[in-house]
Amino acid sequence: MSEHRCDIKLTVNGETISETVEARTTLVDFLREALSLTGSHVGCEHGVCGACTVRVDGVIVRGCLMLAAQCDGAKVETIEGVSDAGEIADLQAAFERRNALQCGFCTPGMLLTAQELLRGGGVPSRDKIREQISGNYCRCTGYQAIVDAIEAVAQERAEAKR
Amino acid sequence: MKITEDSPSALTALDRPNSYIGRSVPRPNMARLMQGRAQFVSDVTLPRMAHAAFVRSPHAHAKIKSIDSSAAKQAPGVVAVVTGAELSKVITPWVGVLTHLKGLKSAPQHAIAVDRACWAGEAVCAVVARSRAEAEDACELVQIEYEELIAVTDAETALDAKTLVIHPELGDNLTFERVHTAGNPEQGFKAADAVVETTFVFGRHTGVTNEPRAIVADWNAGDQRMTVYQGTQAPHMMQNLFAKHLGLQEHQVRVLTKDVGGSFGIKVHTYADEMAIVALSKLLKRPVKFVADRIESFVTDIHARDHRVKARIGVKNDGTITAWEIDDLTGIGPYSVYPRTSGIEANQVVNLTGGPYTCPNYKARARVVFLNKNVMCQYRAVGHPIATAVTEGLVELAAAKIGMDPLELRRRNLIADDAHPSQGPSGIKFEALSHHAALAHLDSMMNYAGLRAEQAALRQKGIYRGIGFASFVEVTNPSAAFYGVGGAKISAQDGATVRLDATGAVFCHIGVTEQGQGAEAVTAQCVASAFGVPIERVRVIMGDTDNTPYGGGTWASRAAGIGGEAAWQAGKALRQNVVAIAGSILQAKPDTLDIRNGVVVDRDTGKERIGLDEVARIAYFRPDTLPTGVQAELVATRHYVPRAWAFSFTNGIQASYLEVDTDSGFVKLLNHWCVEDCGTVINPQLVDEQIRGGVVQGLGAALFEQCVYDDRGQLLNGNMADYLVPMAMEMPDIECAHVVTPTADSELGAKGAGEAGTAGAPGCVMNAINDALRPLGAAALTDMPFTPGKILRALGKV
Ligand code: FES
Ligand code: FES
Repeated sequence: MSEHRCDIKLTVNGETISETVEARTTLVDFLREALSLTGSHVGCEHGVCGACTVRVDGVIVRGCLMLAAQCDGAKVETIEGVSDAGEIADLQAAFERRNALQCGFCTPGMLLTAQELLRGGGVPSRDKIREQISGNYCRCTGYQAIVDAIEAVAQERAEAKR
Repeated sequence: MKITEDSPSALTALDRPNSYIGRSVPRPNMARLMQGRAQFVSDVTLPRMAHAAFVRSPHAHAKIKSIDSSAAKQAPGVVAVVTGAELSKVITPWVGVLTHLKGLKSAPQHAIAVDRACWAGEAVCAVVARSRAEAEDACELVQIEYEELIAVTDAETALDAKTLVIHPELGDNLTFERVHTAGNPEQGFKAADAVVETTFVFGRHTGVTNEPRAIVADWNAGDQRMTVYQGTQAPHMMQNLFAKHLGLQEHQVRVLTKDVGGSFGIKVHTYADEMAIVALSKLLKRPVKFVADRIESFVTDIHARDHRVKARIGVKNDGTITAWEIDDLTGIGPYSVYPRTSGIEANQVVNLTGGPYTCPNYKARARVVFLNKNVMCQYRAVGHPIATAVTEGLVELAAAKIGMDPLELRRRNLIADDAHPSQGPSGIKFEALSHHAALAHLDSMMNYAGLRAEQAALRQKGIYRGIGFASFVEVTNPSAAFYGVGGAKISAQDGATVRLDATGAVFCHIGVTEQGQGAEAVTAQCVASAFGVPIERVRVIMGDTDNTPYGGGTWASRAAGIGGEAAWQAGKALRQNVVAIAGSILQAKPDTLDIRNGVVVDRDTGKERIGLDEVARIAYFRPDTLPTGVQAELVATRHYVPRAWAFSFTNGIQASYLEVDTDSGFVKLLNHWCVEDCGTVINPQLVDEQIRGGVVQGLGAALFEQCVYDDRGQLLNGNMADYLVPMAMEMPDIECAHVVTPTADSELGAKGAGEAGTAGAPGCVMNAINDALRPLGAAALTDMPFTPGKILRALGKV
């Protein structure tokens, strides 16, 4: 199958990675299987649930809709890296306080999706927050606690800026 | 009885100093989930692990004439290709019946179909390979010759003489039938001033857990042991079943359940493909992993509901309900699911219909029939959404017919709060309920009068809003009456073992399991409070049949009420043991001592006497300094099972406020309220989040979710793009409050809270939609889910 393999070089959470991947391997499978970064989850493999959300070159993408081969030269960040960097520590604390996760399967994707909105600054409306996470499926919480937690962090961050 | 709001309640009589009961402490396991450091079964990898994929039947009913696996066996990475016939030498088939559901019958089901496939999606052949991708590649190369048989897909005609019998040896397609008559329904209907009759239809839907089912089985031929990593709600039940069907002793099987990505009843059953995985591991003597992909989940995760209920209510002009009658028909799959059976949901519909009300005249029939569709079984709130929607739908239609306010009609018929113990029309027994207190609280919490005024004003402007209610009862804390008496080896009791470690911290090993609902937190709260340590010093161990007391796991809203009580009692027992040792160290009478905040204190004055770390140090490392004959016992185990009541019923009422766009047929959910009574509230935030999550699952059932089959038994929308689930944009905020009526069966007094939301929401939304459309003369909508198309048809617009 060598004609279906490609060499890629990318950074993942700041580490430089050089690997040979099958052309058909999705980014999320590559992260989970080749790099053992199992914080990115696979819920549907067809772009609907958002459990596989990761950042590529600063923008969130669905890891099941992107191929690893497309990430040659890219900067990939996963929940593990973003957590360790402390970038979303306040958001994680708010999720904990508000019980904004139950099984936690949706949570890595939910956090990265929320952080994208929060990075824009300001205090978004609850509707805007709901819209931002409208592509992230959560079967457990009913979403309200997640919206509450994101809203609280937006307010905290806006407060801190003042 | 007292009303509590969202915020933590005042401390209860259970309170000891530093109690955590009634406090919203955060769950201890959240950080790993948020950092991507959880271990879901889909994350597990083991040395030499191989991956399985299944070739599944494309036909709803077909003879398997031949399987040619020669090409697949040659494919890259393939370890083995195994047919049902080959695997049946390793694992025996099963039959999903319970003896207390009289007459329930089913046929033997194999891990992989042998000779015949009975639904589209049933596994027909397994391929095991080095990677899942290679296994799937090889599946394409397996040549199977089928002879298509007639598929039985319509429950209404499944019992007709001319319909094919799916399992000829059973004689007919009837799985189970229950008939129940109480009081005098005939006379009740005669005494009525008005009778309302309609047919309610409930769409077939499924759990769509965010993490699909996943299993890794590891047969170690050297140890002669099977270790199974499984996302299950009931590890001990699975240990028993794996052992039984593989011909092993139970102690040869260990089931490990770490993080589970959502369950809701989906992960409490025996799945043929998971049984195949343990058998494949035994056959191949190496770890085998299987994670269902989403498409497989839709055709193999149990489906639920799919009931058609013809129903009648009689009512007098003064609002008195005089009689109920239901005729329920439900089409399951080709097999009753093992071991909990597919008869329970219909049985629950009969048990629960009319449950909140005093009217004793009740006639019911429920029939369960086999179909060539995916299997059906218990899913969150089993039977409750159906019984509640039928009962509450009838109540509101009757109220409209006699021109009475729907809350007023309920006030006149709900069982009085001081009339307990009491029973429902089916004979179900209630220890203590609080329907009227809950209703009164809801009335003021939602500002009912104000909303009615707003509704009337908006109608003048052509805006159609509706208000709907649903009172309900919920089965929780089941005793052995649920499954044990029917012969299933499903434990009703649970145990907790607490152990003081050498630094004065505590371990609690417990049989209930964490699925995200917060069982770990609740267990820690109970132990910390009863024993007397800060909650950070309690570590909870769950989901390991080698290392937890035997227990039932998590289902039927039992983890907090049953597991919590076991943990509470174990904590108390350890406190006694530790205080006894402290007494001999301090030369004080044990009953003058207590443990508070990790320190042994004088009971009366609270004066600190000795730290737990010091007690532990002496007991473990310098027992020579203890008086002769004194032996420290620093482990205590207690078990609990409800005995006085078969079930601990909870109750509550929900309300929905919504707007129907009469041009597009879209429903916008504006508000939702729930007041419920789960007895002692151990952790208010966790209870509320159970309610909210449950309500949203019920809202999905009301508005979106349905597994659509064609008449050949093909699932037409088995993916997440076509099967609609509730997403954040469409869901309302939900206000919760509680009435607290503890059960006297346990010291803690906690009942379950996991299913109340799902039980009430669908009926509530149905009533609100009909309330909105009534002034437009629309026929009542009773066919869930209420899609825009159905609403426009009811309005005569399409
Ligand atoms: S797994 Fe990628 S969106 Fe669902
Ligand atoms: S917390 Fe379970 S899916 Fe969101």
